[in-house]
Amino acid sequence: MTVNTAARSAAVAARRPRSLTETRFRPMDLILKCLCILAGAVTIAMVAGLIGYILATGLPNVTWEFLTTEESALNRTYGILPNIINTLYTIVITLVVAAPLGVGGAIYLNEYAKKGRLTKIIEFTTEALAGIPSIIYGLFGMMVFNNTFGFGYSIISGCLTLSIMVLPTIIRTTQEALRTVPVGYREGAAGLGASKWHTIRTILIPCCKGGIITSLILSIGRIVGESAALIFTAGIAANLPTNWLTHAGSSGATFAVQLYQYADQGRNDVSFAIAAVLVILVLAINLLARLCSGRKKA
Amino acid sequence: MTDKMTATHLDFYYGQTHALKDVTLPIKEHRVTAFIGPSGCGKSTFLRTLNRMNDLVEGTRVEGEILLDGENIYAPNVDVTTLRKRVGMVFQRPNPFPMSIYDNIAYGPRLHGIRKKSDLDAIVEQSLKGAALFDEVKDRLKRSALSLSGGQQQRLCIARALAVEPEVLLMDEPTAALDPISTQKVEELILELKKAYTVAIVTHNMQQAARVSDFTAFFLVGEMVEFDETHQIFNAPADNRTADYIGGRFG
Repeated sequence: MTVNTAARSAAVAARRPRSLTETRFRPMDLILKCLCILAGAVTIAMVAGLIGYILATGLPNVTWEFLTTEESALNRTYGILPNIINTLYTIVITLVVAAPLGVGGAIYLNEYAKKGRLTKIIEFTTEALAGIPSIIYGLFGMMVFNNTFGFGYSIISGCLTLSIMVLPTIIRTTQEALRTVPVGYREGAAGLGASKWHTIRTILIPCCKGGIITSLILSIGRIVGESAALIFTAGIAANLPTNWLTHAGSSGATFAVQLYQYADQGRNDVSFAIAAVLVILVLAINLLARLCSGRKKA
Repeated sequence: MTDKMTATHLDFYYGQTHALKDVTLPIKEHRVTAFIGPSGCGKSTFLRTLNRMNDLVEGTRVEGEILLDGENIYAPNVDVTTLRKRVGMVFQRPNPFPMSIYDNIAYGPRLHGIRKKSDLDAIVEQSLKGAALFDEVKDRLKRSALSLSGGQQQRLCIARALAVEPEVLLMDEPTAALDPISTQKVEELILELKKAYTVAIVTHNMQQAARVSDFTAFFLVGEMVEFDETHQIFNAPADNRTADYIGGRFG
């Protein structure tokens, strides 16, 4: 008993409060802190270096003429207007196909499907779909759309392939947005006699607009940067449209595909010019996505 | 005094859980009926069976019947939209939609096919007056409903429910998330509402039940233990369990 008390008071004495200004040297903390700062610095330097290098090398070759003409073998000039047009076609058609499917699919999974094995499997497959390398989508698209459906090398084949590719992004982002809608809104609408579809149309979709738009912008980013899936399906032609309506049925290379082409031919100057345009575009798209999702939170 | 709604031998299951056991209970017309009991006793579940809100929950099952003016609301050919138009609901947490005050009130009428601006204007004004909110918001009907205080939001939700001209108003702990002053306003409103509507209210607050209700039903672990006029329940309950609960011995 006495021993115990003595030991206790000794321990208490040893635990005399340390002054708040008295600093202790902790070597491990310092080392780890330095390593983290180093890792951060390297990451930033790599990204900044990459973007800086591309812009510095590419931008001098980006002229008004480069952006507004097509390549001319006779004049030995380069222009990416056909690629700009093809990229626009690809973005629009892909989203027209993928957005309703993706948003509809997400609404089905979240609002209609019974929570069970089947929805789990669908959600897992959607997630897995997002991890498949794009060249496999290209191969699949070529077999199905080009050959089986007989669309041949065409923008439409490319768009259908890309639609499958961006579906996971749209579905997942829309689902996340739907999950943030409070149960109270659904109950409130149901309590007034609203059917499920009416609730979705008047409450859920307006609430999720920000999320849906973000998912579409992220998809555009993926479409613009995609090459492997398109080379096999949309092909590599770079002609100005002769007929705006049937243009989607003909082969057409987007920026990224054209870049690959020129790099393959050793035309690094042109490749880098396209790369610079592409980098600026992708950065702008990401910024836009950030703004959209930011506005949703505010 | 007629029975607006009657539950007869009602059983309710959440999956395997038997949440309501053989409940038989009338809801008197133009009166306030309060459901009291400890948490998990089934009073909210019972309230939600009265306009089939439990249909939204997967894996639930109902046996027995509930009559609304003599018609079984669980009959297979019942249109739930019409049922919920006649039996409206106010929830525990104020849940205004993220739209303007005006659009919140007009949501129900629009849903039921009223499109004319002048009609909607009249309904919005009338409903807000009915919920004693009009004077506070009349100058900012186009502002977001989310800008209102919690108490105002709850009265907005009551106005929204009134806008579809229900016959019965179900209230699931409508003051649980409100401060005392807002609570008092909502309670005064309930006393006003029973002139035109039939009200059923779930409450955790026994003083509230005593203040606003004409009839009280006491629930315990899924059973309806006792139903009587409120003063009877609070002054001379027939069942010991009711007496224990009212006396604060448990719950």
